[in-house]
Amino acid sequence: MPDRVEVRKTYKLYLGGEFVRSESGRSYQPAADVNIPRGSRKDLRDAVRVARGAFAGWAGKTAMNRGQVLYRAAEMLDGRRQQFIAELGGGRRAGREVDAAVEAFIWYAGWTDKLAQVAGTVNPVAGPYFNFTIPEPTGVVGVVAPDEPALAGLVLRIAPALAGGNTVVALASEKSPLPALTLGEVLATSDFPPGVVNVLTGFRKELLPWLASHMDVNAIDASGCSREELTAVEEAAAANVKRVVKPNGRRARLTPQAVTDLMEMKTVWHPIGV
Amino acid sequence: MAISSLVHLGSIMGGVRTVDQVGVEERAASLGKRSIKKASKVWALELAIRMMDLTTLEGADTPGKVAALCSKGIRPDPADPSVPSVAAICVYPAMIRPAVEHLRGTDVLVASVATAFPSGQTFLDVKLAETKEAVAAGADEIDMVIDRGAFLSGDYQKVYDEIVAIKEAAGAAHLKVILETGELGTYDNVRRASVLAMTAGADFIKTSTGKINPAATPPVTLVMMEAIRDFHRETGRAVGLKPAGGIRTAKQAVQYLVLLYETLGPEWMTPERFRIGASSLLNDCLMQLAKERTGAYQSGDYFTLD
Repeated sequence: MPDRVEVRKTYKLYLGGEFVRSESGRSYQPAADVNIPRGSRKDLRDAVRVARGAFAGWAGKTAMNRGQVLYRAAEMLDGRRQQFIAELGGGRRAGREVDAAVEAFIWYAGWTDKLAQVAGTVNPVAGPYFNFTIPEPTGVVGVVAPDEPALAGLVLRIAPALAGGNTVVALASEKSPLPALTLGEVLATSDFPPGVVNVLTGFRKELLPWLASHMDVNAIDASGCSREELTAVEEAAAANVKRVVKPNGRRARLTPQAVTDLMEMKTVWHPIGV
Repeated sequence: MAISSLVHLGSIMGGVRTVDQVGVEERAASLGKRSIKKASKVWALELAIRMMDLTTLEGADTPGKVAALCSKGIRPDPADPSVPSVAAICVYPAMIRPAVEHLRGTDVLVASVATAFPSGQTFLDVKLAETKEAVAAGADEIDMVIDRGAFLSGDYQKVYDEIVAIKEAAGAAHLKVILETGELGTYDNVRRASVLAMTAGADFIKTSTGKINPAATPPVTLVMMEAIRDFHRETGRAVGLKPAGGIRTAKQAVQYLVLLYETLGPEWMTPERFRIGASSLLNDCLMQLAKERTGAYQSGDYFTLD
């Protein structure tokens, strides 16, 4: 320890580009000596509101620009490598997890301006039409992070959602929320416009039902959910026919399908010769 | 009338109390923190809808747009007939006829702005003619603007005489007098203008045109409420109030109702004495009502674009 006053940190939610306490004023202690904000359903409501507000701007940016912002997230995350390793418990395994998170940002940064070419199609139709299909962002995406791996698990979910042009409300792992909150600080310095990505911590059972039933959330990546949670999420998501990405029992991999899973395919019939 | 009213006006304007700025802002802020939940919230939201002057005041207004707004005002939520109609539809004079046509047979009133809204910078004859034509076209309520230029240069008599003349021209139509508080500068001026308008015969006093920032704010509205309360105590005449402009969320609307209840009391909790001038507020109220009914937070995707 340096010979000076100890700087004790207040961990905060990352919401609308700002670091805020829960509006409820509550916190919880997943581990000794660390107070994590215990977000309420109103924090969730606020997060969805700002994410909705930020959607048009983020989806409207050029794909290349979104890629640059994601790449910068990798730069910022790499700059905090030691901090993340410490928060993940130290050791080689933690180092590998941080590397995986950095790689995920870079991988999906690269996909932003290639996705439409790969996932889009030109369709042969029996009529005087030029017919093509392109992926478009879904809207506001809720991401439920898995408990393990606490950092890479979250990054591998939010990076593809953001790469596709969606805005994100992420629920951090309840057991190990610290890396997610620090990730908020990374995202805050990565040129994401305020509200594009929001990180909430708190009790899953207090937040998840509200996220799942929220009419203004267009998709949920539920890969961090347990079997019971998934059933409840799917039932609540039916009200506005949310897209639900289910857990597949494996750890997330780097794949462009993670991006298209959270996109809508739009088909255009363009008349020829009129 | 001129001499006696001059003396009369001088004594009235001289007697207007000054406003405690810190006090009024603190009180408005503290009342704004009150939490209204569940059944009370639903009651307040429905009252806010019943008190609403659903407004469109754009250069791009068309008869079709006004017709759509009227339909929405009559039955705000097509899926839920229990949601009440709004108090009135507020339009420009040229849109009175289509509004009257679409509102025939309902309890929804037609309010029209007049007197060279929003600036009020024209000749008195033109203002009077506009008011008369608006009433003849079928407007139940006239929203006039005061001459802020005259008010700010101290010519209270001119402002007063103009309101009296417009009131006469409006005849049986309800007269709402817009003070445009955003241009008056101080709370003292707001109180002075309130007293002036009420003395001149306003049925309602209204904060703003909605074309100037800041529009309605809780402290300004509180100042006007206190002026109404004191005027009622002194003269026995009850004047209504209409905050307008910048009230976009259901939460804000409920805060204004708290302010109203605490300042003017339950007798003012009716559309006859309190209105809210708004356009996007209605959708937010509907979304909050749907949230209370379904238990899920709502999305603008499922409500009309107005």
